[in-house]
Amino acid sequence: MTLELTLNGRKTSGEIEADTLLIDFLREQGCYSVKRGCETSNCGLCTVFMNDVPILSCSVLAARAAGSSITTLEGLQEEAAEFGAFIADQGAEQCGFCNPGFVMNALALFREKKDPSEEEIKEYLAGNLCRCSGYEGQLRGIQAFLEWKKGKGETR
Amino acid sequence: MVTIREYRRPESLEEAWELNQKKRNRVIAGMLWTKMGRGSIQTAIDLSGLHLNTIEETEMEFEIGCMTTLRQLELHEGLNQYSGGAVREAVRHIVGVQFRNLATVGGSIFGRYGFSDVLTVFLAMDAYVKMYQGGVMSLDEFARMSYNRDILEKLIIKKRPAEYYYQSVRNTKTDFPVLTMAAAKNLETGSYHFSVGARPGRAVLMADETVFGNIGSDQDRVREAVEYMKASIPTGSNTRGSAAYRTQLVGVLTERAVKKLEGEGR
Repeated sequence: MTLELTLNGRKTSGEIEADTLLIDFLREQGCYSVKRGCETSNCGLCTVFMNDVPILSCSVLAARAAGSSITTLEGLQEEAAEFGAFIADQGAEQCGFCNPGFVMNALALFREKKDPSEEEIKEYLAGNLCRCSGYEGQLRGIQAFLEWKKGKGETR
Repeated sequence: MVTIREYRRPESLEEAWELNQKKRNRVIAGMLWTKMGRGSIQTAIDLSGLHLNTIEETEMEFEIGCMTTLRQLELHEGLNQYSGGAVREAVRHIVGVQFRNLATVGGSIFGRYGFSDVLTVFLAMDAYVKMYQGGVMSLDEFARMSYNRDILEKLIIKKRPAEYYYQSVRNTKTDFPVLTMAAAKNLETGSYHFSVGARPGRAVLMADETVFGNIGSDQDRVREAVEYMKASIPTGSNTRGSAAYRTQLVGVLTERAVKKLEGEGR
């Protein structure tokens, strides 16, 4: 069947099977930031936005996404680079494999909560697993980023 | 993962129900647990076109459509005000935000999974399911029924003067729970209901008026209730914990719930 949706702001269509998962469709469209980490819907690496809500693209049928708007890291380059610099400044990641899913969900957090507490940050990102770090660097990076945004007057 | 031959998004419940009468077809709900299985599905029935993803609140009750996500439950102000945050507490430890944006109430309740926090928390409330063919029945009755091919349309929570408290024990964050417990205190009679899940079997409801009627802060009555719960809740062993450990937890969580709902430590 043919799937039509909006991918990173552009109308996109492609052929899918009934059991094609959204992650595989997105990779076929060249969105290689979207990766599999666990196969048990637990690691958050495949996070994309479906109609602006973060979801696990490994656990949704591509067919269900028909007509919806999907955003991947490829479509958020500017935002991702701005935030990613703060993660890099902390040397927060070692292998970097978890980074795309982590950045996507962090951006979802910033959109939902303008001034999250440490607890709220930890809770929101609990579904993004990193096997190299103890999350301390990522937490410092997020807090530094939020402080910087505050300084720029971009948070309420 | 399961394989799926055909995908359908019915435009009416009748169409969905008819499709679901074939043994090899399956309603996929949020698909999180279905995906973890093996085997093949002839037709995956997706209910996401039926506008069953809302929480409606009236003075008397909440109506929660089967395709409402766990994240919607978590963020719904009215539901969390009514439950004293118990609903939010029940779902917020389930994997992550992205997972909870997909997992549905209907999937959790219909599946009657042993690990279900969702079934546990609603079982302690005055809760009903509306089945497309079977009509309205209490969640307690539904939780004890065997699986059939009906379709769960919505969950109904009737408001009553009560306070709720939810607890779960997990070996590590975001994991399946070792034990879940929801306690309800009727504010008119002072009596208690307890539902216990992840035993590891399906959640069960305990509501014995002779033991749980007006426990209050009387230490002897609390101890009696704790011992009764430990003796009455069937527990089993799995990789997350032994039956003996779970039984011990039943006692601990019962006592904590009563303390909380009697106002100690508030």
